[in-house]
Amino acid sequence: MLSIFKKEIRSFLSSLIAYVVIVVFLLIIGLFTWVFADGNVLILGHANLDILFFMAPWVFTFLISAITMRSFSEELKQGTFEILSTKPITDIQIILGKFFASVALVVFALLPTVVYVYSIYKLGQPQGNLDMGATMGSYIGLLLLGASYVSIGLFASVITPNQIVAFILGLFLCFFFYVGFQQLSNLSLFGSYDSFVQNLGIQLHYDSISRGVVDSRDLAYFVSLIFTFISLTFLTLRRRI
Amino acid sequence: MSIEVQNLTKIYDGQKALDEVSFSIGGAEIVGFLGPNGAGKSTTMKILSGHIVETSGTANILGMDVSKESLEIKKRIGYLPELNPLYGDMYVREYLFFIADIHKIKDTQKAINRVIKSTGLERESRKKISQLSKGYKQRVGLAQALINDPDVLILDEPTSGLDPNQMKEIRSLILSLGKNKTILLSSHIMQEVEAMCSRVIILNKGKIIADDTIEAIKKNWDMNTIQTHVKFRDSVNGAELSLIDGVESIKSVDEKTFVIVSKGNVDIAEELFNFAIASNTIIVEQKEQEKSLESIFQKLTNHA
Repeated sequence: MLSIFKKEIRSFLSSLIAYVVIVVFLLIIGLFTWVFADGNVLILGHANLDILFFMAPWVFTFLISAITMRSFSEELKQGTFEILSTKPITDIQIILGKFFASVALVVFALLPTVVYVYSIYKLGQPQGNLDMGATMGSYIGLLLLGASYVSIGLFASVITPNQIVAFILGLFLCFFFYVGFQQLSNLSLFGSYDSFVQNLGIQLHYDSISRGVVDSRDLAYFVSLIFTFISLTFLTLRRRI
Repeated sequence: MSIEVQNLTKIYDGQKALDEVSFSIGGAEIVGFLGPNGAGKSTTMKILSGHIVETSGTANILGMDVSKESLEIKKRIGYLPELNPLYGDMYVREYLFFIADIHKIKDTQKAINRVIKSTGLERESRKKISQLSKGYKQRVGLAQALINDPDVLILDEPTSGLDPNQMKEIRSLILSLGKNKTILLSSHIMQEVEAMCSRVIILNKGKIIADDTIEAIKKNWDMNTIQTHVKFRDSVNGAELSLIDGVESIKSVDEKTFVIVSKGNVDIAEELFNFAIASNTIIVEQKEQEKSLESIFQKLTNHA
C-alpha cells in the first residue's frame, strides 16, 4: 500500500496536479476570506472563518474530482493496471494507497489555511477571541468531507476509462451527496422519511461537526460513506478488466 | 513442474476464449506459444499471471494454484503484458524503484542496477519512459518483469513492433535468461519461436492443436514435399520440366521461372541441371524453400 501511496504522491508532484490544486484552492479561499466584498472577514468584522468553511466544500467538489479523475481511469486505459494486478499486491492495497495519497493532497491544501486561523486569532477584539472548538471541529469536518469526496472520486474513476467522464461524474456525485439529499428533504416529498433522507447527505453532518461537537454519529456517517465508496470501487475494479 | 495447466477454460461474454487447455512445462525451458490473433495465448498468460480468473480448470505455477495462492506466485514470477503498458511520465529508475518497492525487495538499488545491466538500459536509465524509443520501452518492460529475479517468466509478444536489430538483442537476452528460468513466451511470428524456443505449443480458437519440440512438429506435420524456386536464362518448356523424376507438380511464374514441388526424399538438383543443358540454357537462380514452421502453422491453423 505504501509503495502505491508513494508513487501517487510522486506523480501528483511531477505532473503539476499537486501545485495547481493547492494554489487554486488557496487562491479561491483566500479571495473569499480576505478580498471579495461578500462576506469578507475584514468587512463583516466577525472573528471567525465561516466563509472558509462555507466555501471549501464547494471548491473541493471541483478540485477533488480533478485529483481523483485519473487515478483508475488512466491505469485502466493505459493498461498499467495489468502491471499492478500481476504484482504481489492486493486490489484493496492499491485502492487504499490511492485513497490516502489523495487525502494527503487535501491535507496539504488545507494546512496553509492555518495561517488564516492565526491571523484571525490575532485580529480578534479582544485578541484571541476565536471559537477554537468550532474551528477545530470545522477542520475535522472538512477533512472527513474531503476524504469522502476522494472515495466518491475514486469510484467515479473506476467506472470509466475516460477521465472527463470520471471528472463530471465525480463532481455530480460529490455535489449530490453534499447538498442533494439536503435539498430533497427540504421538498418534504418523503413524509416521515424526510429526516432519513437529510441524514444521507453530507451537509447535515458537516454542519453538525462544524459547530465544534464531534459526535460519534457524524463520525460513523463519514466512515460508512467512505467505506461504502471504497467497497464499490473494489467491487467495480475487477469488472473493468 | 514449473507450470501445469489442466483443462483450463475461460469464457468471455458467452464466448470460449480458452477451451479445456492442458499442458505442462518443466524446469529451465523456453516454450513458445504460437497462434493467430485471438487464439487464446494472451488469455492463458493473463490467467497464469493472476490478472484474470479462469472460468474452470486449474493452473499451477511452482506447485501453487494461481487462483488460491496468487500473491505468493506473483512474488516469484515476472510478467510482460502484451502491449507493454508503462507509466510514461515516470523516469526509468523511478519506475523500476516503484516495482521493486511493491516486491518489497530489500536492496532496491542493487536489483535495479542488475536489471538495467542485463537489459542494456544503462544509457537510457535516467530518461523519462515516454522519451524512449519502442525498443527501449520494451526493455523497460522486461526489466520490470525481471526485478524480482523470477523463476518463471511469462512474456506476451516480447519482440512485437521492434526493428530487426532490437529483435535480435531481445532474443539473445531471452535466450540467456532461459538457461536457468522457465520462460513461456507468445508470438505470432514463427521465425521468432523457431529461433528461441525448444518447444512450441500451437493454439487455435482456444484449443491446443500441437504441443511438441519444433523438430517433432516439423517431422509430423511435414507434407513430405520440397518446393524449389528455379529461374532459367531462356524460356523453357514447362511440360518437359514436369516429366523429371520425382516432380509432383509445377507452377510457372513466367516463361523462365517455375515453382517445382517434388517428393521430399528425391533430390532434383542434378536432374534440373541436366534439363537446363538439354534445353540449351543455364539456371540463373535456384532456391530450395525450407519447410518452415510457418507453413506448418498455416496448415495447422487453417485445418482446425
